[in-house]
Amino acid sequence: MTMTVSRREAFALGAGAVAVLSLGGVGPAFAKNDSDELIKAFTGGKAPVKGKIKLDLPDIAENGNTVPLAFTVESPMTEASHVTDVLIVAEGNPRGGLATFHFSPRSGVAEAATRIRLAETQNVIAIAKMNDGSLFTDTRQVKVTIGGCGG
Amino acid sequence: MATPAPRPRIRLDKKEAKKGDLVEVKALVAHIMESGQRKDKDGNVIPRKIINKFTCEVNGQLVFAADLEPAVSANPYLQFKFKAEETGKVVLTWIDDDGTKIVGEDTITVS
Repeated sequence: MTMTVSRREAFALGAGAVAVLSLGGVGPAFAKNDSDELIKAFTGGKAPVKGKIKLDLPDIAENGNTVPLAFTVESPMTEASHVTDVLIVAEGNPRGGLATFHFSPRSGVAEAATRIRLAETQNVIAIAKMNDGSLFTDTRQVKVTIGGCGG
Repeated sequence: MATPAPRPRIRLDKKEAKKGDLVEVKALVAHIMESGQRKDKDGNVIPRKIINKFTCEVNGQLVFAADLEPAVSANPYLQFKFKAEETGKVVLTWIDDDGTKIVGEDTITVS
């Protein structure tokens, strides 16, 4: 049991390292739209760490016009330690921005759900910003059967 | 469009809460969320018209807000929570690109 968990953690760390590399080093050739710039503007160039935020999306979206998206961020949501903002971007849409959510200790919990449009099979990235400036990220790939951005 | 402002649908998972409880809000508003990416049959781009800002205030205190992009689906649906602190009005506001405001209200009783 503990064996599997630690293996998973090892995988998660590996994926995080890849994400950090792609954000920091490889440069603009990686994403097709403005998602890199949006992330840079949001993080101020700091590399987010994998973890704490969990993005929930279907593996396969039959209709890209309305794909359910939800996320939760682990945080006590107190004055001393809370999530302030969550940025969600899509790498394969004509424009990278999906939405930005703003929280405060009054939110009680940093979670939200909405429905989004995805043009094609692609990665969706969520980045959470804490009040102390630390950043956490999660990425999910969604396979889209029928694209959702019109013709 | 000259249609009257649509009536948003708002549901709180509880009307009465204990102080410190989390209250879940589900909110849906009818809106085209025209992305500005589509073209009409003559090849002209249909101008963007979306709700770009959503806020939720409880007794005038901001508890949740979102900036929406064209990639949010038509008839935007939002689900979130807030911590019940005191009895009061829950005011949800959607702001359109052209500045139009759609406002919906509910109340929460905190014991």
